[in-house]
Amino acid sequence: MTATPLVSPDEVALSQKPAQEVNGRLRRVSRRAAHEPSTDRGIVSTADWRRTRVRFPLVTLHLILLIVLIIAGLLPILWLLKSALTSTQDTLTAPLAIFPHGITWDNVAQAFGVNIQIQNYFLNTIWVAVGEWVVQIVVATTGGFALSVLKPKYGRFISGLVLATLFLPAVVLLIPLYLTILHPLVIGGSLLNTFWAVWLPSGASAFNVVLVMRFFDGLPREIFEAAETDGAGPFRLFWSIVLPMSKPIIGVVTVFAVINAWKDYLWPMLVLPGGVNPASVQPLSVRLPNIVGQTELGPLIASLAISTLIPIILFLIFQRTFLSGGGFGGAVKG
Amino acid sequence: MTTSSERIGARAAKPGTPRGRVRRTPATWVKRGGLANLIFLLPLLLIFGMFSWWPIIDSFVISLQHTNFVVTTWADPFWSNFTFVLNDPTFWIAVRNTGYFALLALIFGYPLPIVLAVLMSEVKRAKAVFSVLAYLPVVIPPVVAVLLWKTAFYDAGRTGVFNTILGWFHIPPQPWIQDTVTAMPSLVLEATWAAAGGTIIIYLAALTNVAPELYDAAEVDGAGIWKKIWHVTLPQLRGILLITFILQIIGTAQVFNEPYLFTKGGPVQSTTTILLLIYQYAFQSSDGGSNLGAATALSLMLAAFLAILSALYFRATKGWSQN
Repeated sequence: MTATPLVSPDEVALSQKPAQEVNGRLRRVSRRAAHEPSTDRGIVSTADWRRTRVRFPLVTLHLILLIVLIIAGLLPILWLLKSALTSTQDTLTAPLAIFPHGITWDNVAQAFGVNIQIQNYFLNTIWVAVGEWVVQIVVATTGGFALSVLKPKYGRFISGLVLATLFLPAVVLLIPLYLTILHPLVIGGSLLNTFWAVWLPSGASAFNVVLVMRFFDGLPREIFEAAETDGAGPFRLFWSIVLPMSKPIIGVVTVFAVINAWKDYLWPMLVLPGGVNPASVQPLSVRLPNIVGQTELGPLIASLAISTLIPIILFLIFQRTFLSGGGFGGAVKG
Repeated sequence: MTTSSERIGARAAKPGTPRGRVRRTPATWVKRGGLANLIFLLPLLLIFGMFSWWPIIDSFVISLQHTNFVVTTWADPFWSNFTFVLNDPTFWIAVRNTGYFALLALIFGYPLPIVLAVLMSEVKRAKAVFSVLAYLPVVIPPVVAVLLWKTAFYDAGRTGVFNTILGWFHIPPQPWIQDTVTAMPSLVLEATWAAAGGTIIIYLAALTNVAPELYDAAEVDGAGIWKKIWHVTLPQLRGILLITFILQIIGTAQVFNEPYLFTKGGPVQSTTTILLLIYQYAFQSSDGGSNLGAATALSLMLAAFLAILSALYFRATKGWSQN
C-alpha cells in the first residue's frame, strides 16, 4: 500500500492541535478519545471523526442518507395509509396532497363491505400462517432432533438429501408439486382449494431443518447424557429437555414462517384458485390482484394498507430477529 | 461423544455375546432406539418425501410425457417436449427478457446495497433507525408492493404519483409499465426497491465482523478513506459479495411476481420472463389446453442452466473467496 501524502501530515497536525488550542470543548473530547478502545471504530477512525474536515461531510452524507431512506422506506407506507383515508377522487387528481378534503373512512368501510370482504381473506391469511407454522415447527424440531441428537446410522444420508434440496431452484418443483396436490400419493383425493395444499408443502423447508439442526448441535451433550442416566427415553428427552431449551430457535422459525405465509404468492395462487367461494380459502395475496380491475382506487388502497398492517407490526416487534441477518434465506429469495 | 442410541445399545448388549454384539431382531432394534429414531424422523420423511423428493423425481418423468391434466402419453421421440420449447419463438423472447431483467437488476440492484451498507455502518447515532427504514420495503408483502406501484406510483397519467413528482422538475409524464421500452426498467426499479433492504442487512452484519485493527494498520500505512474501503472493507466482504452476486442471478432468473402482476408479460411480450412462460405453458396455453410436459422441460432446462452457471462461477472464483 502506498502512503498518500495527504493523510500523514494531517495526522501529525491533529496530534499537535489540542495542545496548541486552548479550547475546553476540544480538550474534553480528546481526553475521552484517549480512553476509547479502538474496537469501537469503523472505517473512519475515532481521531478522524473529531476533525471538522472529515466530520462535516460525513454527517452531511449521513443526513442525506437518512432522507433517502425515509423517502424510500417510510414514505410509501405513509402514502398508503394517507390514501387509504382519502377519497378516490382526491387521490386521483392530487396524489401527493395531504388530505385536501379531510379524512374519510369510506374506503375502509368499503374494504370490509360486501364486494371486497377483506376480513374473510385476512382471516384466511392468518389461518394459512398458523397451519404453515405448525407443520414447519413439527417437521423441523422432530427431524432436527432425530438427525442431530439421536443420530441414527442412516441419519447422514437423510441430512444429505435434505441439504440437497436447499440448493434446488424452487422452479423445478412447481409443476410436479402441483400434480402432487391434485393427486396426493397416499392420501388420495385432491388437496386443491384446501388449506392442506399450502400447509403441507411449507414443511419441506430445508432452511428450517438446517437452522434447527445447527441449534441442536450447539446444545451441551452432557445434559442429554444426564437425562438418559436418569432414565429419560428419547421422547422424554425431546419434550422435557430439548424443546424447552429451543425457544430462541423456535421463535426465529415462527417469525419467518408467519412472514413468509403473508408474502407467498405464486404457490397459493396456483393451489387456491377459489372455485365457487374464494372467500373461504384464499389469502390476501391471492385475492388482492383479483379485485384490482373491479375496485375503485380508494377501497383498493385501503385493502392494501390493511394487508400490510400485520407484517409491519410483527417487524417492529421482532426487529432484532429480522435485522440480525438470520433471515438470510428469506432475504435473498426475492 | 456418545449418542443416545449407542448408549441404549450398549445397555442392551448381553455380556455373553461375542464382541458385545446382539443378534439383530426387531425387539433389539426397538430397544436400541431404532423405532424412536424412525418415529421422530417420520414427519420429515413424509413431508420431504411427498413434497420435495418425489416431485423432483417426478419432474424428470413429466418432462418426457405429454400431459394436460386429463390424458397422459409418453412423448415420442422422448425429447420432443424439449425441442418444442426450443422451437418456440416466445422461449427466445423470454430468455432475452429474463437476461435483460437480471442484467438491469445487477447494474442497479447489486452495487446499491453495498454503498448504502458501507455508509450506514459508519453511522454513530441511532443506527437502528437507519436499518429499520432500509428494511421496511422488504416487510411489505410483494403483492401489496407491486399493486401499490402499479395502480398508484406507475399511473401513466399526468397525476400518477411518480409523474406528479417528475412534473415538479418539468419532466414530461412517463408511460412506465405501459410502454415496451420502459416496462422492464420499471419492473427492475420496483424489484430493487423491494429487495435492497434484505441485502443491506446481510452486508451490515458482515461489516461488524471486520476487525478494527485492519483499519488501524491501514492508517499506519497512510491509507485514506477510499483506500481503506478499497483495500480493507471490500476485500473483507469478498466472501459474502461473491455469494450474494450468484444468489441474485439465481433469484432474478426465476422472477415471477413482478412481470405477472405488473404487466402479465406485456406490452407485446416485452416482459415475458421464463417463469411466466412456464406458467403460461402449464396453465393458460393459447389453445386452451395445457402443456405440462413443456412447462416441466423448461423448468428443468432453467434449473440445469443455473446449476451449471453456479458450478462454473464457484470454480472461477474459488481463489478469490479466501483471504
